[in-house]
Amino acid sequence: MAEFLHMGGYGAYVWAAYTVFVVVLFADALMPLWQRRNTLREIDARLRRESNRKSTP
Amino acid sequence: MKPGTTSAACTALLKRDLALTWRRRGDALNPLLFAIIVVALFPFALGPEAQILERIAAGTIFVAVLLASLLSLDSLFRSDLDDGSLEQLVLSPHPLSLLLACKIAIHWLTTAVPLIAAAPLLAMLLHLPDSVLPVLLAALALATPLLSLIGAICVALTVALRRSGMLLTLLVLPLIVPVLIFGAGACNAAQAGLPYAAPLLWLAAWLVLALVLAPLATAAALRISLT
Amino acid sequence: MPACTGTMKMSPLVLWFHKLGSPPYFYRLAGRFLPWLYAIALVTGAVGLYGGLVVAPADYQQGDSFRMIYVHVPCAWMSLFVYAFMAANSFVALVWRIKLSETLAMASAPVGAAFTFITLVSGSLWGKPMWGTWWTWDARLTSELVLLFLYLGVIGLYHAIEDARQAARAAAFLALIGVVNLPIVHYSVVWWNTLHQGQTVSLMGQSKMSSSMLWPLLTMAFATHVYFFASLLARSRAALLALESGKEWVRGIAQTQEAHAHG
Repeated sequence: MAEFLHMGGYGAYVWAAYTVFVVVLFADALMPLWQRRNTLREIDARLRRESNRKSTP
Repeated sequence: MKPGTTSAACTALLKRDLALTWRRRGDALNPLLFAIIVVALFPFALGPEAQILERIAAGTIFVAVLLASLLSLDSLFRSDLDDGSLEQLVLSPHPLSLLLACKIAIHWLTTAVPLIAAAPLLAMLLHLPDSVLPVLLAALALATPLLSLIGAICVALTVALRRSGMLLTLLVLPLIVPVLIFGAGACNAAQAGLPYAAPLLWLAAWLVLALVLAPLATAAALRISLT
Repeated sequence: MPACTGTMKMSPLVLWFHKLGSPPYFYRLAGRFLPWLYAIALVTGAVGLYGGLVVAPADYQQGDSFRMIYVHVPCAWMSLFVYAFMAANSFVALVWRIKLSETLAMASAPVGAAFTFITLVSGSLWGKPMWGTWWTWDARLTSELVLLFLYLGVIGLYHAIEDARQAARAAAFLALIGVVNLPIVHYSVVWWNTLHQGQTVSLMGQSKMSSSMLWPLLTMAFATHVYFFASLLARSRAALLALESGKEWVRGIAQTQEAHAHG
């Protein structure tokens, strides 16, 4: 296992490259989820405000 | 009212732009001053040894000219947008690309030609060998209109923005890398005693291409920005 | 009448294409595909990484450092593929004014920028042990850097302009200019390098790869393609919600979603 992590002396470079790959793509995958949630929350808040304004004379 | 001929419109536009620049002639010299300052800073940073300065002279002058024309690009359509005459241009019955080509030509005449005229002075400051000076002038004469033409497309895309400074630089930068490579490359080749005709001819070919295509692209970009 | 039956046969496909252009239909269809695409990308990506890190033998010249190929090269391919995809959609968006193409073009830009960024970083990490330097101005690296600037320019322009549709059209125009620019940059840098006698850098070598080294690479290439389409659909869905926030179908989704969220 230690040998596997060591990667023949290139461990730091190899694992750094794979980490960047995974982290960047993971962040990229999260961004649309976050964006979608924010948009829906904004729309819902706006709809609530509108219905409140209508119901209170 | 009947609209005038296209050539009359172009002449009127040229006269108007020249008059406007003349009225703000102090502003028009800003890019020139900027280029001189940038070039004058290099010896302070690198030391006064003529050998080092000679080696970097052509590249430094090219970068200084490029930054100076980038600085002046933002003003290409700015005042016309503010006083509404840009929309008049777009709505006019004459071909928009031709009118824009006139505007770009005036912009090049008033900002880049002074820079080219000052190039021998800049070359002297950095000890550029005299034999390279004609190549530098030729390269600048081919490269600066290219910068104005390519820059105009990007200005047209960002014209509707309140503050476009950094974004404009980001858009222009990747597009002018080849111009810089070939312009400065021709000077460096001449300095090293290598043949320099090929890069100059490439620049000339791109200039011809850009003269035809860039006004059309600028017109299309302006139509997108102003709808 | 063979011609007539021909058009009859075509019509369901044409109809489907028109339906695909309608935002609510696209939103629902993309939502149905999304979990599958993510799952396929994750599974094939895991298989590819396992193959690259464990199964593939160490290279006889580069040792284990060559394993960076399994993230570097697929991402480099993707950076170009995504740009081509974005440019094609930009063209369709500008010529036929199709709203969905605008959305797709703008949704692909951040994913492409992410792939380009990974390519640059992993290439740099690979370059350090192989050439002894983090960066060299060779044609491929420089073009990739210019590509990143182009992506950032498209994203920046899109976010700077207030009106979303106008922003998409302006950014799409910029993407198309970039298509002309990119080959010019590449060949300029090649010429520039010959002038400066730069070192000829070759990470891939000209030797043929053995199949035990090749299949993880192809698997990773497949996984990144599938991942791109998953991310593209997810981003387009989010963008469509924001673009059509006043429409009835979006209100319905917002109300049901938030009703769930509030319990």
